[in-house]
Amino acid sequence: MSGPTLAVVGAAETTQMGVITDTSELQLHADAAFNALADAGLTIKDIDGFATAGERPTDVAHYLGLEPRWVDGTSVGGCSFMIHVRHAAAAIAAGLCTTVLITHAESGKSRVGKAPQAFTSALSGQFERPFGVTGPPTMFGLPVLRHMQDTGLTHEQMANVAVVQREWAGMNPRATFRDPITVEDVLSSRMIAYPFHLLECCLVTDGGGALIVTSADRAKDFPTTPVYVLGHGESVETPMVSQMKNFSSSQAFRIAGADAFASAEITHADVDHLMVYDAFAHLPLYGLEDLGFCGRGEAGDFVWERNTAPGGSLPMNTNGGGLSYMHSGMYGMYAMQESVRQMRGTAPAQIDGAEVSVSLGVGGMFGASGCVVFSNVAP
Amino acid sequence: MTPTVDRTKRPLPRPTPETQHFWDGTRNGQLLIQRCDACGDAYFPPRPFCPACSSQDVSVEQVSGRGTLYSYLINHTRHPGIASPYAIAVVELDVGVRMMSNIVNCEQTPEALVIDMPVEVVFEAFSDEITLAFFQPSTADVETAVQS
Repeated sequence: MSGPTLAVVGAAETTQMGVITDTSELQLHADAAFNALADAGLTIKDIDGFATAGERPTDVAHYLGLEPRWVDGTSVGGCSFMIHVRHAAAAIAAGLCTTVLITHAESGKSRVGKAPQAFTSALSGQFERPFGVTGPPTMFGLPVLRHMQDTGLTHEQMANVAVVQREWAGMNPRATFRDPITVEDVLSSRMIAYPFHLLECCLVTDGGGALIVTSADRAKDFPTTPVYVLGHGESVETPMVSQMKNFSSSQAFRIAGADAFASAEITHADVDHLMVYDAFAHLPLYGLEDLGFCGRGEAGDFVWERNTAPGGSLPMNTNGGGLSYMHSGMYGMYAMQESVRQMRGTAPAQIDGAEVSVSLGVGGMFGASGCVVFSNVAP
Repeated sequence: MTPTVDRTKRPLPRPTPETQHFWDGTRNGQLLIQRCDACGDAYFPPRPFCPACSSQDVSVEQVSGRGTLYSYLINHTRHPGIASPYAIAVVELDVGVRMMSNIVNCEQTPEALVIDMPVEVVFEAFSDEITLAFFQPSTADVETAVQS
């Protein structure tokens, strides 16, 4: 790569978040898209590339009145939008299009006009569903007891992930849950699927977000503070959590993370701000270790020692995360929205002087990953 | 106040041509695993080639059904066909492959479900076509090295 080629020039979430009973999923896409267009000072006619997941790109493009000449419908779960950024970078660099809109929206709680969703593949239908898996809470946590056995990670350390993220959420007026909690609160909350208590599981809410990306050399022509995309990575591993190769590490995290850091030409010391997709409390721990911020089995201590908390050396999930901010089903878009806000200097819990932000996403149950490195420093 | 559980509501597998031999095996009380004749790896779930080396030179073998409890969680939410709470487990067979299953004839508690404990396969029929492979705590007193 000959340096960064892409910049985010529009970014916005839906006007409302939380429980939205009077808006369909498709209209939530449109709300996020028009908010991002207004942010960038563009109209729908300026968009010539489009990507989305969950809903088919055909449905959303037609609804918006788009006439795209480049389309990406990669849909591998909640990290799909990170992967769309990476694909858009390649497409724009190749001259296939100039200005790409990426939308996410989900009527995750209210399920108004929700696209049908199949979380099972042909093989998981045969070799997982018969044993009582019913969705993410009965699948995503499956590797954790093995991880605890092999690394010494404790129940208190996992619960503490939710506690620290609630501290961040307390600084965010748009967060769903803002009241402080303790490790004891987490461990005494209702058991969902041992070892996961209610407060170690993400919210289920409605909302959406959209990004507009274009070539970095055009970024200064827009009204927004340019946020450059320095690097990115992607991978997939397995549709069946029972078949992930290493129960203490995500192969997709490792591949996507390493490629993102290498293409961005950054080291860990360069990272000022981190987002790790947190559908459940163990995911930030896997992310910290698989990205190489911690050695294997060290992330529980790392969070306990307040490195990722307000005032720490590596602020993480500063919007409150899927555990406290919002989670409509495919959370990756919200992680990137917070990275963009931090790089613009507009986040509710703004990290002073932050110049590099990393967003790591997961898709399925450790099934896929996308990772994007953002910066406010012109390449 | 226990909600009604209907055993017939357990979702059953729909075999494909590539997996039919596995489900024929469980129906006959056999756990059948594929092994690559080229690189020697056992693998799961079934497919007519080796995921490690892509060789199509593969065999089906009956395995002992002994293994260890590799990881699990205990679902406390309702399932229409299985009484909660129930453990969703991953068993590592002694041939090295892992598979999801349930642990039966055992309390569904963290105290009873000890990571790495030895388990053995038991079969339970759910229809004329489908028998599922479950696992229970090993009934062998000691693990003995068989050298006959």
